[in-house]
Amino acid sequence: MNYFIQQLINGLTLGSIYGLIAIGYTMVYGIIGMINFAHGDVFMVGAFVSLITVIIFGITGTTNIALGIGALILVAAISMIIAGVYGWTIERLAYRPLRGSFRLAPLITAIGVSIFLQNFVQATQGARVKPLNAIISGGFTILEGNDFVVRITYMQILIVVLTFLLMSGFTYLISKTSLGRAQRACEQDMKMAMLLGIDVNTTISTTFIIGAALASVAGLMYLLYYGVIDFYIGFSAGIKAFTAAVLGGVGSLPGAMLGGLVIGLIEVFFAAYFSSEYKDVAAFSMLIVVLIFMPQGLLGRPEIEKV
Amino acid sequence: MSLNDQTSSSFLPMIKRSIIATIIAFFLFLPTLGIKTSASGGVDGLFLTYRWLLLGIGCGLIFVGRIAYELFWAPKEGGQKAEKAPSSLAKALGSAKVAKTIGPVLLGFAIIFPFLPFSDRYILDLGILIITYVMLGWGLQIVVGLAGLLDLGYVAFYAVGAYSYALLSIHFGFGFWMCLPLAGLLAATWGIILGFPVLRLRGDYLAIVTLAFGEIIRIVLLNWRSFTGGSNGLSDIPRPSFFGLPFNQSENGFAATLHLEYSSMHRIIFLYFLILALAVFTFFVTARLRRLPIGRAWEALREDEIACRSLGINTVNTKLSAFAIGAMFGGFAGSFFAAKQAFVSPESFNFMESATILAIVVLGGMSSQLGVVFSAIAMVGGVELLRQLQFLKVIFGNDFDPSQLRLLLFGLAMVLMMLWRPRGLVSTRMPTVFLKDKKTVSAAMISQGRG
Repeated sequence: MNYFIQQLINGLTLGSIYGLIAIGYTMVYGIIGMINFAHGDVFMVGAFVSLITVIIFGITGTTNIALGIGALILVAAISMIIAGVYGWTIERLAYRPLRGSFRLAPLITAIGVSIFLQNFVQATQGARVKPLNAIISGGFTILEGNDFVVRITYMQILIVVLTFLLMSGFTYLISKTSLGRAQRACEQDMKMAMLLGIDVNTTISTTFIIGAALASVAGLMYLLYYGVIDFYIGFSAGIKAFTAAVLGGVGSLPGAMLGGLVIGLIEVFFAAYFSSEYKDVAAFSMLIVVLIFMPQGLLGRPEIEKV
Repeated sequence: MSLNDQTSSSFLPMIKRSIIATIIAFFLFLPTLGIKTSASGGVDGLFLTYRWLLLGIGCGLIFVGRIAYELFWAPKEGGQKAEKAPSSLAKALGSAKVAKTIGPVLLGFAIIFPFLPFSDRYILDLGILIITYVMLGWGLQIVVGLAGLLDLGYVAFYAVGAYSYALLSIHFGFGFWMCLPLAGLLAATWGIILGFPVLRLRGDYLAIVTLAFGEIIRIVLLNWRSFTGGSNGLSDIPRPSFFGLPFNQSENGFAATLHLEYSSMHRIIFLYFLILALAVFTFFVTARLRRLPIGRAWEALREDEIACRSLGINTVNTKLSAFAIGAMFGGFAGSFFAAKQAFVSPESFNFMESATILAIVVLGGMSSQLGVVFSAIAMVGGVELLRQLQFLKVIFGNDFDPSQLRLLLFGLAMVLMMLWRPRGLVSTRMPTVFLKDKKTVSAAMISQGRG
């Protein structure tokens, strides 16, 4: 039982990270109907920017939690800005010229951008994995059984709380601000939104920037949680986050978060009880199963094809 | 005077835009080119090296590049950026007459290629590689180009073919010609197994599911150690023989029987013709299939699935047959790959392979068989050329590895090619069904139902 609770905590932490990445997929798919294949690599770039900023500030191994959190917020802000620039540039250079072209074209460029980013980071940062010592160490024991001790680390609390805060802010942005209204309008009918005077290009660019910024925070969390990153982390994390977006229902923001948590839990529990080598197979099979039996996802609307 | 005014009024905004582009590039390059994290080997052994010069060069290139773009390539203001009309070259390649002459000429060249004076072992190996990709491209073209089902996990069938040959020949001692149909059959079966559940999915979802499927196959191959050898792969796979004559120095070897002087090149030339024959076989089967009702159904399916269904075409069978036949050719190619390498490991079947094959099909113009040949030559040959960039080590120092740049440029080329020519190199094609007279149609028209 204790082991189960421990895995539950780990799964929720990992799921938060996936959920944040999944939001970028689901927003972009909702508005322009393409899979932003390079999104996972923006997440990876975010992790690298975080790594560099953490080293510049020299905040590893601090015991003062308040100071540590303050520094991390600064790191997150810088990383969000740079990842946002990446997101904007990718959309501007690789996707916008192809809007209205045939359906596969932007997906192909997305794959190209993904390959480019991976190898660009590999060429400039080296292929070796980058280890980082824990920034906020420690935690507390919440359950003590005979055989197994359930611990929750400060890091895990921070990740879940930060995800919750970002999600609240983001939900507010989508539901209450004029930008959010514009985004929802574009999602429903881009041509009509354009006729009503919404700057569609700006709205789409903003969507990419927000998605990239959230992914970069996920990158920071990944870095802090695992303590090691390399140029290839974006690929599998990207597919899993996309699975999360599909599971939750593409286009649905709470769905993306929920899907992220479910995928995180599936991965952790599968690794804990069956086999850690096949944990990716579990996540990917989940994607296939969901798409076959529940194509609209948990919280999504069924898609009706109009002629 | 007025001309002068005009230039100066367009000159300043141009500089302004270039400066903005440079500032953006500065942010993009800062954490990549500008600052490098290196491990020193300690516990927390990461330190930063600042490369301001490299960063400056990168930003400078963007500045100059942006100005050059505005001066030479940018669409003129006010002009509608319509999808470009196919250039005369593309038009020529797409037209029936030229295609009919280029095909045999290319085939003829491919046949005499091994006997040309410059064809050493390296060149022949490259030729084998290119033809393998041409064959894979034609196989995937059935799925993507004809049936319009985006498959990002095609490499899985390649892997099934390769492992089928490896396992069958190691455990049961089957020869190449016996394994080849079996490998194709197994790959086709896998194609149906994958195809069956995903038939209801739309384009993008299908892409991701096939990608996931490809990864699942790779992970299983990697971890099922007792069966596939795990990451060590399977080695000592028996090599194919020439009608029972092995390519070695023994008494009953190929060279001794035919009274030739033994040369290791015999085997390479044999492999070359083997893959060439397989590729030509693929070509003819695909070309004939396109004219059969099933091929017409594939193309109809690509254009409009709902219309297809309402006309009484069984979309399930149509999609499954496309998947199965595409997978079968992938299996053939995989079987050849295992025979050529005498070694297979999961590393050969990663996502990059799928992306390469897909890029070949898309850049070739989706449904042009000739286009696949040209784009395979461009992609594989071009990437191979980059391997020769060793001289760059002199400029960038010894840490510089041109093979990393290879994939980087590959990704960049994929993006640029798509932007430059979204419809692929050979973007015109012959309609397979025509009303009165045969005429070439620009691919841009196809999606609007005018093909």
